[in-house]
Amino acid sequence: MKDRSIFIVGSAGEGIQTVGDVVARALLRSGVSVFTSKEYESRIRGGNSSYRIRASGPNAPRHDADVILALNSTAAAHYQDTASSNCLVLGELSPGGEGIRVPFQALAKEQFSSLLYANSIAAGCLGAVLGISQELLADTLCERFSRLTEEVLRLNVDALALGYKHVLPSLDASSTIVLDSSSSAHSFISVHDAIALAAVAAGCRFMAAYPMSPATGIMTTFAKDPELGVFVEQAEDEIAAINMSLAASAAGARAMTATSGGGFALMTEGISLAGMTETPLVVVVAQRPGPATGLPTRTAQEDLNFAIHGGHGEFPRAVLAPSDPKDAIDAIYRAFDWAERFQTPVLVLSDQFLADSHFSVMDISIPQTPVPSGLADPSESGAYQRYALTEDGISPRLALGQSEHLVRIDSDEHTEEGHITEDLEFVRPAMVEKRLEKMRRLKREIPPPDDYRTDDAETVLISWGSSRGAVVEAVDRLRGMGQRVGSLHFTTVWPLPQLSLPAEVKYWTIEGNATGQFARLLQAEGDIQLVGKIERYDGMPIDAASILAELAGDHSEVDA
Amino acid sequence: MIPIEQYRTTAENQWCPGCPNFGIQTALKRALGSLNLAPHQVCLVSGIGQAAKTPHYIAAHVFNGLHGRAIPAAIGIQIANPDLKTIVTSGDGCIFGEGGNHLLHAFRRNPDITVIVHDNQIYALTKGQGSPTTRRGEKTRMQFDGVAIDPSQMLATAIVHDCTFVARGYAGDLEGLTELLKRAIEHRGFSLIDVIQPCITWGNHPVAWYKERATPIPTDHDPTHRDRAIALALEAPDSFPIGVLYEKPAREVFGETYRQKVGDGPIFKLPPLAPSIIQSRLKAMQIHPAPRVGA
Ligand SMILES: Cc1ncc(C[n+]2csc(CCOP(=O)(O)OP(=O)(O)O)c2C)c(N)n1
Ligand SMILES: [Mg+2]
Repeated sequence: MKDRSIFIVGSAGEGIQTVGDVVARALLRSGVSVFTSKEYESRIRGGNSSYRIRASGPNAPRHDADVILALNSTAAAHYQDTASSNCLVLGELSPGGEGIRVPFQALAKEQFSSLLYANSIAAGCLGAVLGISQELLADTLCERFSRLTEEVLRLNVDALALGYKHVLPSLDASSTIVLDSSSSAHSFISVHDAIALAAVAAGCRFMAAYPMSPATGIMTTFAKDPELGVFVEQAEDEIAAINMSLAASAAGARAMTATSGGGFALMTEGISLAGMTETPLVVVVAQRPGPATGLPTRTAQEDLNFAIHGGHGEFPRAVLAPSDPKDAIDAIYRAFDWAERFQTPVLVLSDQFLADSHFSVMDISIPQTPVPSGLADPSESGAYQRYALTEDGISPRLALGQSEHLVRIDSDEHTEEGHITEDLEFVRPAMVEKRLEKMRRLKREIPPPDDYRTDDAETVLISWGSSRGAVVEAVDRLRGMGQRVGSLHFTTVWPLPQLSLPAEVKYWTIEGNATGQFARLLQAEGDIQLVGKIERYDGMPIDAASILAELAGDHSEVDA
Repeated sequence: MIPIEQYRTTAENQWCPGCPNFGIQTALKRALGSLNLAPHQVCLVSGIGQAAKTPHYIAAHVFNGLHGRAIPAAIGIQIANPDLKTIVTSGDGCIFGEGGNHLLHAFRRNPDITVIVHDNQIYALTKGQGSPTTRRGEKTRMQFDGVAIDPSQMLATAIVHDCTFVARGYAGDLEGLTELLKRAIEHRGFSLIDVIQPCITWGNHPVAWYKERATPIPTDHDPTHRDRAIALALEAPDSFPIGVLYEKPAREVFGETYRQKVGDGPIFKLPPLAPSIIQSRLKAMQIHPAPRVGA
């Protein structure tokens, strides 16, 4: 495998996204699979940021670069430590830095009398290094910028050609990169794209939300594509967002909301309300490092405990944490289905890494039919009671206004009819039992974790949510070195399924927080001995290299 | 005309005997009856407080949500099912205090809902703390030396924001209140009606004090005149001009644009989205290798 990591670095607003996008798409059109991720500061202009393309490798992050294309010399200096051995650096070089110097801005000014063409020159340079044909590159650029006038497009194609030709003479056999290619089509999709589309396919018609990175993209997808038929509203705050969405759901519209940890803090009263009123609601929590405002544009898996416990009182809920676009489609369907059938909130955890990464996936599909409605048939009800006590704890649910049967939804402890009650002897215990019975039944539906190469494994790496890609890559690399390693991955993180894990295996947990939240959960919920925990909390996604380093560190300690 | 007996419920009433909440409840039942709105055509929404229990005592669909959150809940319900008449009935603490931000933004949205504020100038359920409308200087079970901050002026604020229907009612005036409620409910767009309500348990003034001050708005008042409407609103808390202060027809109602696209009726009755729409979005993300692969 010719796994190559390409960093396009620059400052915010400079165009790394444009260059990266054109090159990534051109690679895909050359049959090369790519995985892209973004790493940037919380600002609109300036600073240092990178667009990372991993070509013909796994869908997982790499924090070292085989090629660095720098749009300015400050960024070149900032990222020089990420260079792998034999890394090719090109573009604006740092003072004293080695590589192929291409003065993008000077060339753009000289040849096109405008700095605007610097990015196309840069895309041309990078394309040449990666062995993409100039024609294909130009074609991809035109497709991507089809909205520009013909004249401007032509000039951009010229700029691209200039970059391409400029760099070719400097390349020799050792600096040209040859990538594996195939003839299969890939979908180039992010987890948040998948979440939004799957939600609509599952039947979601209502979303009120308040902008907060990294969750904002989901509401934006609905807003810019009215044909999707979702009523989307930017609420005045997250409290309004969740209350609007929940009440819309109570009135029969399948609803969701999305936020990040800080917004979820405001939403917790609504999570509890969904539990008490037994209203289906799907809430996406896109994590970023906290506490408080934390690092708005970085990634973390710090809100697991919060997602599981946020909200006062005791009520059923499920928490899903997908790891890639296919997993996300599955998780969203499951989330809406559980929300409908168990009439309770279901949370979906993602994070900045998943929101801003594009995966190359083959054969991705979204079910053609929505999640079946959990609404009852009003003609089957005699005297209707919204909270009728039943054996499984699930009362036939009618929506507000669905029929002549009056539906009473109440945040107070309530009678079967939905009226306020203080009957502590019978009604209160019965309602508590009813809600918890739903939790018991939900738990029975939790699928086992996904195992990977565990058959003869002596060591098993346990992951949840976004760290799957890195863990699977680490397993493969360790296997390549002859070690018997496998992994166990959890997409459903609450409730946990009944686990029966072989005792003689060495278990490690791998997660993006400093306190081992999932490790503790596993130990609290099941009989498991961990030999170690790998935790990353610097705001960057976990990568295979750091897992390998940590494991190696441990092994040398054991050997010593 | 639906007789008011049809709005009776079996819930045990938890108000103090003689509470003016009963007057508001009766006026609302009468208004619904005379508008021929049957219980299943109405959704009553509230937060938490003594006033917020009203939905339990009137036969209708009920969403009794969280303290302060009645307005966002009502907006969600109205969008999800515009066939329902969605009416909020909650306290001054709930709507002006805990939910104040939602009210401000509801003015901007102009959703087709009615908000009835049971304005007793007190937090009654929590036993007598000052509310946003308690007069400065009045002693409460919390502000022992008297409330030290000024009351809010939400009706004036509503008018400043061009809220499309702003009225003040008096809980002791059954006839007048019924008529006001009818107009508020029939109004297309957001209608806010602040109902002055003596609190017979925690209040600082006898009912007569309120009665003296709750006088009808002069008949020559033009409710489309914004400045005069604001001036009338600002007479509170020294006096409470009763009637429609401000009315502004023909503003776009929240959700109208969406309805033009998807059609009328409850969202749960809309036909499912054509699967081809999702498939086409998915397809647009697919990248096929070009026939001529690069060098
Ligand atoms: C989030 C939250 N904060 C506080 C309370 C306690 N609480 C219940 S009702 C209320 C005030 C009620 O005042 P108002 O809305 O004016 O209703 P009233 O009882 O006067 O009719 C408060 C503070 C609560 N239930 N929820
Ligand atoms: Mg009050």
